[in-house]
Amino acid sequence: MRALWGLVGIIAAVVCSMAIAAGIEGSAKRSGFDFMTPETQALQADDMSNPGMLWVLQGEQLWQQSEGRADVACAGCHGDASQTMRGVATRYPAFDEATGRPIDLAGRINSCRGERQQAEPLTPESDALLALTAYVTHQSRGMPITPAIDARLAPFRDNGRRLFQSRIGQLDLSCASCHDDNWGKRLGGSVMPQAHPTGYPLYRLEWQTVGSLQRRLRNCMIGVRAEPFAFGAPELVDLELHLMERARGLRVETPAVRP
Amino acid sequence: MMRTACLAVAGLLLAASSGACEEAGSYVVTGDAIMEPLVGGKGDPARGAALISDRQRSLCTLCHSGPFPDAHLHGTLAPDLTGVGARLLEGQIRLRVVDMKRLVPNTIMPSYYRIAEEEGRRVATAWRSKPILTGADIEDIVAYLTTLKG
Ligand code: HEC
Ligand code: HEC
Repeated sequence: MRALWGLVGIIAAVVCSMAIAAGIEGSAKRSGFDFMTPETQALQADDMSNPGMLWVLQGEQLWQQSEGRADVACAGCHGDASQTMRGVATRYPAFDEATGRPIDLAGRINSCRGERQQAEPLTPESDALLALTAYVTHQSRGMPITPAIDARLAPFRDNGRRLFQSRIGQLDLSCASCHDDNWGKRLGGSVMPQAHPTGYPLYRLEWQTVGSLQRRLRNCMIGVRAEPFAFGAPELVDLELHLMERARGLRVETPAVRP
Repeated sequence: MMRTACLAVAGLLLAASSGACEEAGSYVVTGDAIMEPLVGGKGDPARGAALISDRQRSLCTLCHSGPFPDAHLHGTLAPDLTGVGARLLEGQIRLRVVDMKRLVPNTIMPSYYRIAEEEGRRVATAWRSKPILTGADIEDIVAYLTTLKG
């Protein structure tokens, strides 16, 4: 009997340490969608009213459009996105051989633009980059997030977790202070979500436009009065890696709608 | 629950430093309180009431609810401040606003009268090297909170 309790204790300890290491586990894991009002949920759920679909449609056109000195379209190399891009977003950020570090989907799109199309990079948060990223990610809508098992990513993901748990800014709060320890409660008028990157790029009512995950992360940093990392900074990609691992199993919603 | 934990820790500190007063910046902590005003004399409770509800400057109602305007915009991350003036003495309220981390080291409540250590904190330029609120601001807030008797 005593041995049995000992075993229970060990299992409990292991489960607890897993929860601490990975954030929120199993059935407690919730998309930001679950914390929204029924009205905002309905806006996301109906493709005819979801404003993010305009970016997806624009992305579909850009996918077909020849660009750069190579005068080739994304479709020229990748063909039908509904076949070739299906599931891709569920495993990004991925390891980039050229730079020896992880690259996110927007970064990959820009690197294809530079290397293959021989065109100028698209600027962060430009409609064109958001549209292409939304279109590619949309091909994985409904599929579970399944980060790549790639040992080369581990140190970067660990750095992302460290950043997630570090207190920053004049308010001296970490991402974890809010999103691991206090999700479901209210910060002012907003319900605190668990910070799962399930819907990006997404249409945020407050922005009145579509924005990237990096824009969201920068907003949270500005909120605690910290100097945000620049768009494309390696630290933001490391944070994205950690967030995707934390969200493993949740389904891609792009284009989501958020308040 | 939160409040019990907070009081328990305060009790420990009180026991550890009983009788002794410590210097911390420009104020003196006695047990779980700062007895003397941070600056000048008594604060202005009317200014304090306005400041508490200022969501950009004091941020208090992002986390706390209480007898303040716009209840639907009050957060639920922290204890309700209704009746705080009956639960805590003026000096105890002052220390909690100045530096809650002294009582609850892992708290999410910002230390309003402490300059965040720069190292790795990435404090944005506009906020660097200054406390969140001035001593006079904090005295106004303390003066107001002591009036909340129930
Ligand atoms: C002081 C609290 C606070 C801190 C600290 C904070 N956030 Fe947030 N975060 C929020 C709130 C509140 C929202 C939701 C805003 C809304 O929907 O109105 C949010 C939203 C998010 C989302 C979007 C979730 C979704 O469903 O789309 C992500 C991702 C996120 N935060 C990541 C982070 C990261 C990474 C950090 C640290 C760099 C961080 N947050 C720090 C309060 C915080
Ligand atoms: C980011 C969240 C946050 C903000 C902002 C915040 N607090 Fe708090 N406050 C807390 C938490 C959490 C506690 C409870 C202590 C704990 O368990 O960490 C607390 C406790 C208190 C207490 C003690 C309450 C009691 O009944 O024991 C007082 C007084 C207080 N806060 C006043 C303020 C004032 C005044 C402001 C603004 C100038 C403020 N707080 C801003 C989170 C916050």
